[in-house]
Amino acid sequence: MARTATAPGVPTTALGKAALEVDDRLIVAGPLRRTLNKVFPDHWSFLLGEIALYAFVILLLSGTYLTFFYDASLREVVYDGSYAPLRGLEMSAAYDSALYLSFDVRGGLFVRQVHHWAALLFVAAIVVHLLRIFFTGAFRRPRETNWLIGVGLLLLALGEGFTGYSLPDDLLSGTGLRIASAIILSIPVVGTWVHWAVFNGDYVGEFVIGRFYIAHVLIIPAILLALIAVHLLILVKQKHTQFPGPGRTEHNVVGNRLFPAFAAKAGGLFFIVFGVVAALGGLVQINPVWLWGPYNPAQVSSASQPDWYIMFLDGSTRLFPAWDINLPGDYNIPALFWPTVVIAGLIFTVLALYPMIERKLTRDTASHHLLQRPRDVPVRTSLGVMALTFYIVLMLSGANDVIAERFDISLNAMTWAGRIGVLILPPIAYVLSYRICLGLQKHDREVLEHGLETGVIRRLPHGEFIEVHQPLGPVDEHGHSQLAYGGAPVPKRMNQVGGARRAIRGFFTPIEEPAQVELEQRRDEQGLAAAESRELTTSGRPSDGGRPQEPRD
Amino acid sequence: MSTRESAPGSTGGADVPGPLHGGPDDDYSPEQLAAMSREELDLLGARYDSVQVLHVDPGPEPGSAVEKQAVRQVALTFALAGVAAFAAFVVYVGSGWFLPDWQWNITDTGWSALFTPLIGALGGLALTLVGVGMVLYTKKLLPHETAVQDKHDGSHFDRVTTGATLVGGLHDSGLARRKLITRSLVFMGSGIGLMLLMPLGGLIRNPNTGDPLGTTSWAEGVRLVRDDGSPIRPGDQQPGSLETVFPAVPGGNRQSDAATMLIRLRPEQLSVDRPRTGQEDFGYGDYVAYSKICTHAGCPVSLYEQETSRILCPCHQSQFDVTQGARPVFGPATRPLPQLPITVDDEGFFVARSDYIEAVGPTYWNRERI
Repeated sequence: MARTATAPGVPTTALGKAALEVDDRLIVAGPLRRTLNKVFPDHWSFLLGEIALYAFVILLLSGTYLTFFYDASLREVVYDGSYAPLRGLEMSAAYDSALYLSFDVRGGLFVRQVHHWAALLFVAAIVVHLLRIFFTGAFRRPRETNWLIGVGLLLLALGEGFTGYSLPDDLLSGTGLRIASAIILSIPVVGTWVHWAVFNGDYVGEFVIGRFYIAHVLIIPAILLALIAVHLLILVKQKHTQFPGPGRTEHNVVGNRLFPAFAAKAGGLFFIVFGVVAALGGLVQINPVWLWGPYNPAQVSSASQPDWYIMFLDGSTRLFPAWDINLPGDYNIPALFWPTVVIAGLIFTVLALYPMIERKLTRDTASHHLLQRPRDVPVRTSLGVMALTFYIVLMLSGANDVIAERFDISLNAMTWAGRIGVLILPPIAYVLSYRICLGLQKHDREVLEHGLETGVIRRLPHGEFIEVHQPLGPVDEHGHSQLAYGGAPVPKRMNQVGGARRAIRGFFTPIEEPAQVELEQRRDEQGLAAAESRELTTSGRPSDGGRPQEPRD
Repeated sequence: MSTRESAPGSTGGADVPGPLHGGPDDDYSPEQLAAMSREELDLLGARYDSVQVLHVDPGPEPGSAVEKQAVRQVALTFALAGVAAFAAFVVYVGSGWFLPDWQWNITDTGWSALFTPLIGALGGLALTLVGVGMVLYTKKLLPHETAVQDKHDGSHFDRVTTGATLVGGLHDSGLARRKLITRSLVFMGSGIGLMLLMPLGGLIRNPNTGDPLGTTSWAEGVRLVRDDGSPIRPGDQQPGSLETVFPAVPGGNRQSDAATMLIRLRPEQLSVDRPRTGQEDFGYGDYVAYSKICTHAGCPVSLYEQETSRILCPCHQSQFDVTQGARPVFGPATRPLPQLPITVDDEGFFVARSDYIEAVGPTYWNRERI
């Protein structure tokens, strides 16, 4: 109960005086208080985007370090570094500097591997974050803008990843660059012109690495940074979505204030992400460029896979049939064009426009701040699972040679399995997810109506055995509860409704008194009751969380 | 002295601050605020930010066993993080000083092979423990509060007043009436835009000048040489074998479109050999030469399975049959690998009879026209 100074408004402590000096100049007390008081909802799935953000921070830090040593040049040099097996070989200065970084810079290999792992994690976190947004309906009005920015960020991340792993100019990345060159050439009408613009001539020329480098370290990161800033500003402005639950409405956010609880948790997560990436960077080898050797257009190694996020395109390219389209006038559209430019274009166009498509089809143009459980929107969920199945078949097909070799399957059989699978598995996945969603919905309703299964079997006087159900609310004369489904998880086990006391703390010996725990539990229940009464009395708006699909009036 | 002392830009008169900010500063005098406790001030400020703290679970009782245990756990986690961080520092700095050298050596399985994993393990452990410590601190020692913040829709007042300001500015400019200015602005805008984009024209180059995609450095009389530059005679290769050859020109072995496979067919392959029409004489005896650059995406096709006469591209698994004029028999490739016409020169070494008669490598829009 520290009281402020008796002289009103005049700070007495050194810190207070310093703060006053700052605020006299910058007038930040108001905005700072608003920021510190900002409430963030608490759910594990809201941290996925944060992981992507932290991976980006790690990428900026480690990437800057790598630029101190990297030489983006295709000038031919003879290797004379400390890795004996490659000594005396002709290679590009870019590859030479990647080897120098790996073998002759103290900790250079560690930072390079941290950078690569962070890049893999960055894209993975973006994709998983996107799935969370999709399946919970967080992209709905008013968040379409942020969805579009998110899709843009994903595309930029793919571009950043591809330009990045092309830089070492080893045999693997050179092969990837060769394929990229062929994809550009395959574009009808302008393909050769675009290729000449990107490579400044025929493949491979001497310009492409320098251009990729500036794109990788300046152009794309600058756009990424700007878009991430806008992404977060919009998030703060619109406030985070939340799952339906006690006291949560379309007009509030329930959770922790930024300071100190949320900030401490977010900071902790940053260090854990950084720690995991650092451990991977040191312990798990990634892209050992010295094993691939310098790029040589006449050489290739088997099992040439791109990084995971490009693999779906490799897979679609492997599966697509050999269909060149010959046009009058001896022009033609190469088969390579369809599985790369067209499929990628379609995937990302549909992805970007999905909020608008759904809005059009459902005619739901209302603002939504409460999330949906995937089961409650079976069509969207099944569409998502269908798309995901399509993507996974393509991705696995990108490694079909490795799978064929490891499991001793015919390579041609793998290709045909992929061709058939990519067409029939997605519809099957759609039907299955739809049924599962309906089944889960039905079970929720059943529990709300009849109560929880207690596992207690009772024998009735006439000999029949029944299982005793614990109703979740008041029941009518038939023993049926009238509870409406509120879009929130329904308890399915007795423990979730307090059927079991919470465990007493202490690893070897108990450090709590049982009475103390009981007291605490009663206090928790009171807290919950207080929250409910606030919702009913003070806000004046009954929770409309139970009907997330209906437009708000 | 001027009578309009408070008007902007006026000189003289006392410079007095304007009225209080309004809002909370009018509602609460400094004396009232000074009389409030820190907790009350915190909640008061939160209320002005539309935040209501519903419930605070104050965390463990000071001095209780629960608190002591949590404090020990958090402190231990941070201490271990410090130990791991210092250890990582010692490994990094000490290697090559009082520890063995860090530089990796292909024969060494000792310290130099451990350097990077140790840095990663210790550094990763240190950072992870910092994070774990922070999370433990939050979960076990900080008060847990449940706060509710109201969400506000856009304000009608703001919309109307902002709109009036914007429309007013536009109206004052008179652009809607002054058509001549509007038209000149459009004209100027397109001109300036084009001028600013103009330098990008430097990127554009004509891909059809000299047909770079349709030609290679192969030509009549150019020898077929190995990667090391040595020429090849018939008889150097076993039947059924494949050798990658390059044109005997400077830098020929580094050119992206020149790599060629010289294949010596086995007698039983020769008996079923069916070259493409018009290319029956492109081989020499039991030798045939095909471009190594895949016609699908330009990877070097390089896995030759002589039992089935198939060449496989490891990138997308296109398969070509060397006894069928290297036509694609499986996978996404649509065109046969171009065949290089070969013969033997006066000294008995393989030479090309001409360049490839079609473009090598991946297909493109106007390939057939060149």
